[in-house]
Amino acid sequence: MSSTLYDQIQAVRKAYPQSRSAIIPALRLAQEAHGGWLPEEAFREVADALDVTPAYCLSIASFYDMFHTEPVGRRLVEVCTNVSCALSGAQGVVEAFERELGVHVGDTTEDGGVTLRTVECLGGCGWATVVAVDNRHRLHVRAGDVAGIVKELDEQP
Amino acid sequence: MSSPEVVFAGTDGGAVTELAEYEASGGLAALRRAREMTPDEIVAELNASNLRGRGGAFFPTGRKWSFVPKPEQNPRPHYLVVNADESEPGTFKDREIMLRVPFRFLEGCLIAARGIESTHVFIYIRGEYEREYEILVSALEQLRKGKHLGDVTVVVHRGAGAYICGEETALLESLEGERGQPRTKPPFPAIAGLYASPTAVNNVESIATVPPIIEMGGEEYAKLGVEDSTGTRVFSLSGNVASPGNYELPHGFPLKDLIYDVGGGIPDGRTLKAVIPGGSSTPILTAAEAERVTLDFDSLSQAGTAIGSAAVIVIDDRACMVQLGIRVSQFYEHESCGKCTPCRVGTRWLTQILKRIESGAGTHEDLDLLLDVGERINGTCLCPLGDSDAIAVASYVAKFREEFLAHVEEGACPFHGTSSLDGIVAPTDVHEAHVGPAEIPRPLEIVA
Repeated sequence: MSSTLYDQIQAVRKAYPQSRSAIIPALRLAQEAHGGWLPEEAFREVADALDVTPAYCLSIASFYDMFHTEPVGRRLVEVCTNVSCALSGAQGVVEAFERELGVHVGDTTEDGGVTLRTVECLGGCGWATVVAVDNRHRLHVRAGDVAGIVKELDEQP
Repeated sequence: MSSPEVVFAGTDGGAVTELAEYEASGGLAALRRAREMTPDEIVAELNASNLRGRGGAFFPTGRKWSFVPKPEQNPRPHYLVVNADESEPGTFKDREIMLRVPFRFLEGCLIAARGIESTHVFIYIRGEYEREYEILVSALEQLRKGKHLGDVTVVVHRGAGAYICGEETALLESLEGERGQPRTKPPFPAIAGLYASPTAVNNVESIATVPPIIEMGGEEYAKLGVEDSTGTRVFSLSGNVASPGNYELPHGFPLKDLIYDVGGGIPDGRTLKAVIPGGSSTPILTAAEAERVTLDFDSLSQAGTAIGSAAVIVIDDRACMVQLGIRVSQFYEHESCGKCTPCRVGTRWLTQILKRIESGAGTHEDLDLLLDVGERINGTCLCPLGDSDAIAVASYVAKFREEFLAHVEEGACPFHGTSSLDGIVAPTDVHEAHVGPAEIPRPLEIVA
């Protein structure tokens, strides 16, 4: 097991009176260490570091939307489609991404480069449509902006 | 607008992210004053202000703090937990507060901690807020270097994407490293919260309002706004409006002025159809109702809705209300933690019935069935997530019944593909229903 991940988790758990509280930050670190998703090995590593079981780690990871238990692309594009974004044309943005990337929502491009998802409210309702690219929020995205965003993704793989 | 800014005061529309700049404009004066006050005096000042929780429940903040036992009554560590898990659709105010006035917010944390005699603060920030997290960590580091934290430790804890963790007991579960599922109450967090210890859970905006209250005095703060809804509020304005954004205004501000004056009105020559006044959990208002109400607890309660998280979603005449219902219901279905059966199953049924109506296959009975399923959710669960879906959908049926009936009578959506919500996209990981809408039990069968 990667000693750095173990060490990172030990550093994080010190912030909490009870070490189990560190499970979300620990899973986040593990996910970063495993290319953006959590394979079984990651659960064993987190379990070792926090004195819990791998099954417990999976039960936590499966509860939260930001943890991925299946492989994802190197880049993650998430379009908010909740009410305010939907009223402002999020559907058109989603369709434009599907067209430009050549994938359906939920899928990853063939080269493993980009995963496209739709997500619930990202808390940017007044700046609709909000698109998170690797968790960084792009605001006021319109369907016409999508080709440019996809080009940027291609340029910085 | 002549109304004074309280939360965003001194920012001049920008952000104050350097401690020196914050102190130069009088920042941390409230903290120094609070450290000369006793905890009881701090709580008394909050009570005089009648500050009520800005997360949505509108519970008096001072009273909440007064429920936390004294250390001599309960020697366990006391905790202040700040709810920065802002996720109610339509709401984006706490995020802007953390971005623009991080020091006022953190100063409020330190004062609040003193008010409940705590030296442990946890800020639970939603995992998607990347930049906000970085700003908070930077501001916290500056305060630490300046030795302003005293004996208080502040931990910024990041969530990982779950609306339910905005519910305070689910938040505490999540912070303890569990799945974020609500607890039974009582005991309330004040008595047995984080690690079964006395805990106050407060919203970001509530906490960011504490320093100005200490500075100007509770009575002075209470002069802002209207009776029972004192002070200012950061309203999140979104949807079909020319200038969406966060606007800090006094409670009691007319909704129509927020939409037409502050927000610049409805763009593209469209007309106002409906307004959701306090986040997607609150009942909808028709355009006519929206003309009449003011943005405070009493006015919105009298109109049958709620101020909620002060998230005003403006909807123009292009939107199909059945589609709106589907989108809102899908959200609650997706975010239901699954602990209570009426919510887990009921939110899914509501979505399916709405989809049947939208497809043109609905019957007159389906309108009653929506209300019936909703009634069986309301008040039956540990937290109000399912109720939010039921109440919102019931309000769409009640206020726009003709439009629902038109779907049934025409055997199709009367918008015929022109609705602004047409093709609404559910989140990627909403699981497919295990039963088709036809298999949803009819009301009598549920009773049996």
